[in-house]
Amino acid sequence: MATDTIKQHDAHAHDGHEHHDAGAMKVFGFWIYLMSDLVIFGTLFATFGVLSTATAGGPTSQEIFELPFVLVETFLLLISSFTFGLAVLAQNAGDRGAVLKWLAVTFLLGAGFVSMEIYEFHHLIAEGAGPDRSAFLSAFFTLVGTHGLHVTFGLIWIAIMFFQISKRGLDSVTKPRMLCLSLFWHFLDIVWICVFSFVYLLGAM
Amino acid sequence: MSDIHTSHDGASHGSYKSYIIGLILSIVLTLISFGVVMTGSFGIPAMMITVVVTAVLQVLVQLILFMHLNTKSEGGWNVISFVFTGGILVLIIGGSLWIMHNIHVNMMLG
Repeated sequence: MATDTIKQHDAHAHDGHEHHDAGAMKVFGFWIYLMSDLVIFGTLFATFGVLSTATAGGPTSQEIFELPFVLVETFLLLISSFTFGLAVLAQNAGDRGAVLKWLAVTFLLGAGFVSMEIYEFHHLIAEGAGPDRSAFLSAFFTLVGTHGLHVTFGLIWIAIMFFQISKRGLDSVTKPRMLCLSLFWHFLDIVWICVFSFVYLLGAM
Repeated sequence: MSDIHTSHDGASHGSYKSYIIGLILSIVLTLISFGVVMTGSFGIPAMMITVVVTAVLQVLVQLILFMHLNTKSEGGWNVISFVFTGGILVLIIGGSLWIMHNIHVNMMLG
């Protein structure tokens, strides 16, 4: 482990500082993108907050939310955030096999989350609680659906990253990409924590 | 281990310990807020406070232990941009709820 880290360190030194700064700059730029994405989610949360009681005689949040189901979704995403962290640690140690393994695990957990969300949406729409039923449900589907779309794109990115790393290995191109993807994935977990707390838990009271 | 050379790649390095602590804290906090709402025996204000506090703590856990946000990386610009965005969020969310609440009260829309 320790020798791996040192080897990694030497490899870095050979890369030269331009690569290094470019990589760090890329990650910082991606951070700025995430901040703007956060504003999008903020407006959707504000919309939901304003419309959460505008049910137009339709189902209320207390009637349609199934908390144990959502708790399982939350744990899938939480654990996937952790397994992505393990992928980054494996990358720091220069262990390509472990990076690929943890990426695959993260992908499966994320896919499980998206599948559960699609099931939940299908179930709600089949029960007549679709986004066209009331302002509350429009806001709910927009907020949760936007997050679900982000996770779906994250899954596509993970799949691309998996093939890139298995082809090129861990170099000055793939490493900053992995770091950006890790920020994206943790960010989605943060947004979901807010959805779980402010939409589902507060809505179920 | 890998947390020795932190400031090199920007906000990227952690250790097994920080990830495991982060995971355990997240799970515990999630279960606390879930448990409080599911049992429903604490009264609405207490439940709301618990949910909000555990959510804020969890966001901090993710930011610090998983995303390694700290004032040293990128000369603090990560944190500054985050604090700025936080201000925008307070304006958007707080402002929307405040204005719409007033409209409801003043127009008696129930």
